[in-house]
Amino acid sequence: MAEVHLDPQVLSGLQEVMESEYPKLLDTFLDDSQKRVEALRKARDDAKALGRIAHSFKGSSSNLGAVRLADLCRRLEDGSAEPAHIDLGKLVNEIDLEFALVRPLYERERQRFQL
Amino acid sequence: MRVLAPVSEPLSILIAEDSAADLLLLSTIVRRQGHHVLTATNGEEAVEVFARARPHLVLMDAMMPVMDGFIAARWIKQLAGEALVPIIFLTSLSESADLAECLDAGGDDFLPKPYNALILAAKINAMDRLRRLQATVLEQRDLIAKHNDYLLHEQRVAKAVFDKVAHSGCINAAPNIRYLQSPYALFNGDLLLAAYTPSGDMHVLLGDFTGHGLPAAVGAMPLAEVFYGMTAKGYGLAQTLREMNAKLKRILPVDMFCCATLLCLSTQRRVVEVWNGGMPDGYVHEVASGKRTPLQSRHLPLGVLSPQAFDDRTEVWPMALGDRVFLLSDGVLETADANEQLFGTQRLHQVFAANREPDRLFEDIEQALAAFRGEARDDVSLLEITLEPGPAVRVTGPLYADSGQSCPLDWSVDFEFRADTLKRYNPLPYLLQLLLEIHGLREQSGALYSVMAELYSNALEHGVLGLDSRLKRDAEGFAEYYRQRNDRLAQLSDGYVRVRIHVVPTATGGKMTLCLEDSGAGFDVEQVLARPLDTDRLSGRGLSLVRQLSSDVGWSDGGRSVCVEFCWEALA
Repeated sequence: MAEVHLDPQVLSGLQEVMESEYPKLLDTFLDDSQKRVEALRKARDDAKALGRIAHSFKGSSSNLGAVRLADLCRRLEDGSAEPAHIDLGKLVNEIDLEFALVRPLYERERQRFQL
Repeated sequence: MRVLAPVSEPLSILIAEDSAADLLLLSTIVRRQGHHVLTATNGEEAVEVFARARPHLVLMDAMMPVMDGFIAARWIKQLAGEALVPIIFLTSLSESADLAECLDAGGDDFLPKPYNALILAAKINAMDRLRRLQATVLEQRDLIAKHNDYLLHEQRVAKAVFDKVAHSGCINAAPNIRYLQSPYALFNGDLLLAAYTPSGDMHVLLGDFTGHGLPAAVGAMPLAEVFYGMTAKGYGLAQTLREMNAKLKRILPVDMFCCATLLCLSTQRRVVEVWNGGMPDGYVHEVASGKRTPLQSRHLPLGVLSPQAFDDRTEVWPMALGDRVFLLSDGVLETADANEQLFGTQRLHQVFAANREPDRLFEDIEQALAAFRGEARDDVSLLEITLEPGPAVRVTGPLYADSGQSCPLDWSVDFEFRADTLKRYNPLPYLLQLLLEIHGLREQSGALYSVMAELYSNALEHGVLGLDSRLKRDAEGFAEYYRQRNDRLAQLSDGYVRVRIHVVPTATGGKMTLCLEDSGAGFDVEQVLARPLDTDRLSGRGLSLVRQLSSDVGWSDGGRSVCVEFCWEALA
């Protein structure tokens, strides 16, 4: 079963709302997300910090239609409340991988507006 | 796109959000909806921007660095004061505890991520409606408070003026008056006035205007002016009542009038003269016998009838020294207890009946009202006047303050008052004013008025009307006497009273001779004068009073003509 990474309907909605600002929104999101992924890696052993970063990351990924990324962030945020039972490190890795996967998709979308 | 539908009025909206992408997205959506956007990326900045720019509405992320959204929301609500600045929390918080925290911090609504532009627009509009409602409520509250202050101020000023007018008489100074007044509104609409006439009688008015408070007081002022002015000038009840009625009829709206009891209490003559229009029964309480005579309403209130239709007929009752007159307003009888039972006339009569000590009667009524624990629904007034031996004649204060250089000293004047005039006109105030032009007589104005009043009523009642003073020997005859007086006066078709005033200067000052002549049958002067000076009988007191007060008195023409003299020393 092919997993949905990006919701195309969200993207077209965003394009409609943002108009000429759409590429800037994509740039901002990628830039922001890169920082959050790095911050997650650094905070690997701090459950509280992980939860906080995951919360914010969840919000922006959901806004930008990165459906699976948002879902992973939600699981990390929820899991950070009970670090003993959940393998948070594994979730951080999955988020890392998911972002690596969606990043080129956003970049391709971005390129449509290069001119 | 529908989300771009125009808003009624653009708002200034603060967005506080630390996630750059979310902030960019949200501010674009909000701006596209026609609002002005301010941004902040943490709580502290949000508070700062709010304090500076006072936006109408705040969209606040809950989790932010430096200061989180909850703390920032509390600050902003505090800064906003009474105005409603709606705060919508931007959150995908799923824990109910977290949502509760948003509400505790003053949050008004939530917007979950991912953002939905349609829902956001609807929420902004809904919050704007609330905000405007609150602003309107505050505005109207302030307006009402302002109006109320204004109204209270007006009432205080009016009350100050009213108190000056309504309490300028002798109501507080007279030792024989006791009263109780409690207002239903800011001030008591019951009017309680008392003043002395030039001859030392006391006029008392208890009035109850339709309505309470300011409207009632407004009508009270002209009434009080007429009362004091005419009483001081020596007008009787009938003239004063006519003037009051005509004035109120002229100035009051149709649905407003004044129930009133007007009394003239005369220690000299041992009588009380009463006119009651629409007030509850008053009472003359005879201390010796315990008998109570009701002073019933026989007329419509003041301000109802036209001057032509107005009836100024009064009733006269004898009183002994120590007897009391009680007057009360309907607020007393209509005082209601917890079960809506009224105090009523019967309870009042029980208090009267139970009383053994006349001096305690006023307190007894007060206590009965208090024990009844009633709640007054109207202004309450209760008044007791005792007939006390006072100085027979009061020295009035100076009525004029001119230098005296221009005072007339050698003149005479003749009047003839004929039947039609005698019926309705009282010439005494006019004659008194004329005589007070003579400075030397002002000191004696009280005695002068008393003598004049006595001689005039003798000329009119015994002379022109042919009434026999011996009728007044007992209380029944007394009432009969005044009934006959009214009847005969009403039917009078001829007859006259002539008044001659003759003023000459003397070596030491001056002398005034006052002569009255009537069209009656005269009387046996020698026989009447042979009676001993008796001041306790109802009849015969008048002549002895005249003989006490004037320098010289003499009858002629078979008792039809009488002359008195008043002398004075030149002023230093």
